[in-house]
Amino acid sequence: MKYYTYYPGCSAEATASPLGISIAPVAKKLDMELAELEDWNCCGSTPYWSVDKLEAAAMASRNLALAEKRGFDLVTPCSNCFVILHETNNYLKKLPEFKEKVDKALAAGKMKYNGGVKVRHLAEVLYTDITPEGIAAKVTKPLKGLKVGAYYGCQLVRPDGFDDPESPHSLDEIITALGAEAVDWEMKARCCGSSLVMPEQEVALGLVNKLLKNATEHGAECLITPCPLCQINLDAYQSVVNSQFHTKYNIPVLFVTQLIGVALGIPAKELALSGNIVSPMKVLAPYL
Amino acid sequence: MAETMVEAPAADVSFINEVCAIPGGESINSCIQCGVCTGSCPTANQWDYPPRRVIAMVRAGLRDELLSSNSMWFCVSCYSCTVRCPRDIKPADIMHALEIIAIRSGKSTKQSNTPIMYRCFVDSARSNGRVYELGMMIKLFLKTNPLAALKLAPVGLGLFLHKRLPLKPSRIKGMSGLKAILNKARELGGAK
Repeated sequence: MKYYTYYPGCSAEATASPLGISIAPVAKKLDMELAELEDWNCCGSTPYWSVDKLEAAAMASRNLALAEKRGFDLVTPCSNCFVILHETNNYLKKLPEFKEKVDKALAAGKMKYNGGVKVRHLAEVLYTDITPEGIAAKVTKPLKGLKVGAYYGCQLVRPDGFDDPESPHSLDEIITALGAEAVDWEMKARCCGSSLVMPEQEVALGLVNKLLKNATEHGAECLITPCPLCQINLDAYQSVVNSQFHTKYNIPVLFVTQLIGVALGIPAKELALSGNIVSPMKVLAPYL
Repeated sequence: MAETMVEAPAADVSFINEVCAIPGGESINSCIQCGVCTGSCPTANQWDYPPRRVIAMVRAGLRDELLSSNSMWFCVSCYSCTVRCPRDIKPADIMHALEIIAIRSGKSTKQSNTPIMYRCFVDSARSNGRVYELGMMIKLFLKTNPLAALKLAPVGLGLFLHKRLPLKPSRIKGMSGLKAILNKARELGGAK
């Protein structure tokens, strides 16, 4: 059994609930204990990061202080939470004056952070600690014949990720470990438009269109992604892209844990497969 | 005839110092203006001034022109520029620093709705300790473009029907502690 402290992030409880739901049974099968961080708060995300860096770092550090008491690596499934918590750690290490201010802010809430927490992305933990071989050993329903495109998005691999920032391969290896075929496509680590989909929808949807076009042209029958925001843009906005660009995409976008779960023989309900807007049931039917 | 010497105007360094004072902004001095950042940016065609030019403008002290532009608000934090920069500058961090300065100085542009979205997000995170996505989205659309909300109603409905849009916010227990932390941070030099 491997032990971690788990930081879901706000989306995994709401707009990315299929991610939050599917993690638990998958972790159990893979002998990972993911104990949820008690009373965690929002990481602050890019918006807070871009409004006030000190307040944002203080907000993120409250989580780090809580996690430090427990003593295990802090694992999050959200790419944005990962970058924010990880970069906060970096700032506190590199900038003593900044750290002093964050310390004072934390003290006002009767908290203290000594810099001892390692922040990790769930996808990195699956790849490094559990390993593709370790996952393959637990596969009971090999996804033979399924063509899957790994969509890494940005913040899993940049600015300071564990995989190649231009041409990552870790998720492709996990797909292969599940018995499926990893589709090679050029845009697997290009941007989906992220939260720009709210204030500047047209710009973001243009980027989503490019991704879906590239993935389908290379024969992907479904996509997997670790990132809540990427999944929403590609899945929930797919019909808007279709009406705006006169396209006919109908490609399911699963969270990494959902696809792993199918290959591990976990029932569809426990993986919240009904939570995906573009239904994955048809492409997954042979394996359920 | 004596030659008239024209002295070059002294560059205004106060703006660049302001950017350098924000964590992540300090790398700006190493820029060689190669343009890899602009070439890597997925939204550069939307920016009033693309990333390379933004950096040049900070160094030239063109504060008002830059802060009232839409440029940095189109940064999607994809960090393509950051991993490719041959001088190890972090252009995405510089854009975040410029966003902070723009908000602090009340210069944020009307050409982009992103500053309003950021504000709605931060308000939501501050009031519950966690972001309440539905509430934030409604507030954003009411403040910007209620008609766009109508256009997006099918997306919201889809999420709701797939149990991905809770109607109630989630609130942390340690709210008073978090408030104290954030208030102290603001007092120590946080931007209003």
